[in-house]
Amino acid sequence: MSAKTYICRCEDVTLAEVQQMLKDGAQTMEEIKRLSRCTMGPCQGRICRILLAQEIAKNSSRNVTEIDVPTYRAPGKPIKLGLIACGEEDA
Amino acid sequence: MQSTEIAIIGGGPAGMCAAQAAAEQGARVTLIDRGKQLGGQLVKQTHRFFGSEYEYAGIRGIHIANILEDAVRKLDNIEIKIDSTVLAIYGDGVITIEEGENYKKLTSKKTIISTGASEKMLVFTNNDLPGVYGAGAVQTLMNEHGVIPGENVLMIGAGNIGLIVSYQLIQAGVKVAAVIEAAPQFGGYHVHAAKIKRIGVPILTSHTIKEAIGKEFVEGAVICRLDANWKQIAGTEKKLDVDVICLAVGLSPLVELLWHAGCQMKYVPQPGGYVALRDRDLQTTVPGIYIAGDASGVEEASSAMIEGKIAGLSAAEALGYNKNASHMKAKYMEEINILRAGNVGKKVREGLKMLAV
Repeated sequence: MSAKTYICRCEDVTLAEVQQMLKDGAQTMEEIKRLSRCTMGPCQGRICRILLAQEIAKNSSRNVTEIDVPTYRAPGKPIKLGLIACGEEDA
Repeated sequence: MQSTEIAIIGGGPAGMCAAQAAAEQGARVTLIDRGKQLGGQLVKQTHRFFGSEYEYAGIRGIHIANILEDAVRKLDNIEIKIDSTVLAIYGDGVITIEEGENYKKLTSKKTIISTGASEKMLVFTNNDLPGVYGAGAVQTLMNEHGVIPGENVLMIGAGNIGLIVSYQLIQAGVKVAAVIEAAPQFGGYHVHAAKIKRIGVPILTSHTIKEAIGKEFVEGAVICRLDANWKQIAGTEKKLDVDVICLAVGLSPLVELLWHAGCQMKYVPQPGGYVALRDRDLQTTVPGIYIAGDASGVEEASSAMIEGKIAGLSAAEALGYNKNASHMKAKYMEEINILRAGNVGKKVREGLKMLAV
């Protein structure tokens, strides 16, 4: 295994890949998310989105507070499709 | 679809205190927790607590969990749902829950979000190797399940969590090679640092981790010194033969449900990242949604308990339940201000200033 530094461990997105996307012109978290699935794994970005925001900020000499952050979407954790397919008994 | 007056999401110290405070005013409460038992992070805190004597200073965290749970279970207007994970809060106020193997919906007149916090991660080479743990995960493994994480640990972070977990590792017979801290001084209480220093564990300030070494799992770590501008100093690398790298580099509030609900959020470093704006009652910018505990900004268990009481009383009061809610709320606000006074609370006060509406 070659040495890698991970930003997003759920989706295996490395620091090198993020830096390449930034070099290729990506500027926002939304773009990097769509390009790489970074922040879209089982942890739903709870761990990596702050790391990603910091990396984008560093690259563009901005403060983390200025970085766009996409909203969190439902459901907050992975669930079995059957759970929703069955619906709720007394819905 | 079930309905309740006050839904409280998260049954840790903040959530349990909120439930008790609201129910004692007469409100009907549903307390929801994803764990198999109530208590949140208290259930693995085997050490004695500091903080306020009103919030059980001197008592071990695990015992505080029992005290709070007993109080909650005595009130028959509190419905408890354990093994229940809230999946979402929708725009129309419907809360969806994975309750065991079932999908349930709940509506509430008021909602208190006391979901706690998650551990922060660090960016370093090979940071995905098995053997890289969060300090909280190590506590869960050891103190809840009786499993040690390995033989020899490098602890990253000399705040209270890093220092306390180092001591608990040593108590469990695990060697701690070193505790390293990026800041020029350690952040935790001296009493915790002194305990591990006496045993001979070095606390290295202005140090960071550069790399984890190993093929299938952690077999070592490379650390190095940082200069005054937090930049790594070349040539100061040192290899440590450890099989566990434990990260105690801070917590981030668990706020995804607040984003779902549309609360106005802001990045503020002091409370740990993205947090919700709030008023004095701990109500967010979405009417009827309140916050308490680490989810409102990372602090500690004593303040989480008081915030829980304030949020619980505020929600009950807003529904017209006011046996002595206004009076009690004033008392707890005074209490939390005392807790946040002085040097120790400076960071918390600075953060709160940026979040007030």
